[in-house]
Amino acid sequence: MMLEINHLNIAFPHAQGHFEAVKDFSLTVEEGQVIGIVGESGSGKSMTAHAIMGLLDRKQVQVSGSICFDGVELLDLSRSQMRAYQGKELSIIFQEPMTSLNPTMKIGPQVEEALRIHTKMSPKERKARALEAMALAGLPQAEALYHQYPHQLSGGMRQRVMIAAALVLRPRLLIADEPTTALDVTIQAQILDTLKEINRKEGIAILFISHDLGVIRALCHHVVVMQQGKIVEAGDVEQVFYHPQQSYTRRLIASRPTRTKLKAGGSHG
Amino acid sequence: MMKTLAKRLLLLVGTLLLVTILAFVAFSIIPGDPTSSILGVEATADQVAALREKLGLDLPIWQRYLHWLGGLLTGNLGESYNYAMPVGQLLSTCISYTATLAVMSFVLIVVISLPLGILAARYEGGVVDRVLTVLNQITMSVPNFVAGLLLVYVFGLVLRLFQPGAIVTPAMGWGSFLGYMFFPALAVALPRSAMTVKLLRGSILSELGQDYIRTAYSKGNSKTSALWRHVLRNAMIPVVTFLAMTVADIMAGSIVVEQVFGIPGLGKMLVTSIGNRDYPVVQVIVLLIATIVVVSNFAADLLYRVMDPRLRGR
Repeated sequence: MMLEINHLNIAFPHAQGHFEAVKDFSLTVEEGQVIGIVGESGSGKSMTAHAIMGLLDRKQVQVSGSICFDGVELLDLSRSQMRAYQGKELSIIFQEPMTSLNPTMKIGPQVEEALRIHTKMSPKERKARALEAMALAGLPQAEALYHQYPHQLSGGMRQRVMIAAALVLRPRLLIADEPTTALDVTIQAQILDTLKEINRKEGIAILFISHDLGVIRALCHHVVVMQQGKIVEAGDVEQVFYHPQQSYTRRLIASRPTRTKLKAGGSHG
Repeated sequence: MMKTLAKRLLLLVGTLLLVTILAFVAFSIIPGDPTSSILGVEATADQVAALREKLGLDLPIWQRYLHWLGGLLTGNLGESYNYAMPVGQLLSTCISYTATLAVMSFVLIVVISLPLGILAARYEGGVVDRVLTVLNQITMSVPNFVAGLLLVYVFGLVLRLFQPGAIVTPAMGWGSFLGYMFFPALAVALPRSAMTVKLLRGSILSELGQDYIRTAYSKGNSKTSALWRHVLRNAMIPVVTFLAMTVADIMAGSIVVEQVFGIPGLGKMLVTSIGNRDYPVVQVIVLLIATIVVVSNFAADLLYRVMDPRLRGR
């Protein structure tokens, strides 16, 4: 078992009592699998992704339960021990490609940053590997892009840069936190194809988070449905899509074709 | 980029031309006549008329302006009424004091505020941060001449680290000259340093909350490396602009602080010359200060473009 999450609880201590963002969440991801987490905004899916990546502020958030990666309990690691996994074994791409890249740093150095942190490669080797990762992420003319700044790229291109940066060290697990939500539909489909290919070619497992069950269905083998921090349904993606057991899941599916419908709830998924 | 640059340069020249007109006209219409400060109040009408003719004051104002401007462009800054010597020669000694004061103040501001701003932001809410916040508040609210008086009192009169009122020239050795200029420079630098610390701290903290910092962490950056590799360059953009505008503030501050410490610099000369209605000197000093301010703003604009790639090519 590559990743094993058991009874994960995430809570924000608050003067007026706890706010529990994630309750008793359990999930396993095996090598090369593509797993989806679906749920509406505020269902705790992004929070779960951040917890796996070790990106939650330990001073503000209480995390309990277990997140095991290769038999190592990630929740017991110190911050500096956790850094050995970030960008190396575990990678993440975010919802907002427009703001997730450093505006004053060229694309090249941002793509190869994980190499600079985790390896002793020479600048030349780093660049070669970065160009390779950019090609894999579907970026044409990687050499020219290498010297450009994020603002010179479209949203879809920037998300591909994020993917290249996440892949540069061939992680075992890529967490994609609503990576296509901010992009238009055609670009969304292309990015999904790219992710699929990355999974097939490199064998990198993907944990794909979305509010859109249709998108999940296009990519994932298994899906977990979350509502208000809890798993309400889980199973084979076709099974869940065609035979939903919960009215919540049925509503998620029903909400799908009308893409213009406004999302309910807050901005965080 | 080149087109924008050319436009800005043209604007710079235009601004300076406007400053020459304002400086000239303003000092020509304020009450008081230079002849009375030269000849005294008991001069006869004939003597006054003769002097006015000699100084060129009998000509219409536009002719005098064009004559003055022509002189400026050919390197002739005019002649002081009071000291009976060329303005250029008169100001050259003053400039060495004020330039030293300004450069030292600027260096002090940078040396004091950048490390403190970074430290306060890195350990936000810590002891250093809280102490700095209080010190900042105090330093910011004390005007530089009050800071100057306090420095004179504490370091000059009580601790006797320097002798208040004594003038040290560069000829007496650079070491002692720089030592002499240290406390005045500190008086000019303190309020501005406090503002820079506050600005830099806030700028760093707001950048630390940006999405791209989360990305940096996800790649395995520590807080310190995220700060140095990602935050600082972005956080410095507003600070650099602020520092360039600080140059104008330093010029204004040095006029006052030179009075407090008795430094024979441009500021002191400006105040004396206004009192004496020594317009040729006043006009050149005003123009000089305006030039420094306009040029430093121009430099800020350029730096802004260098630091923020999003602004290039616009």
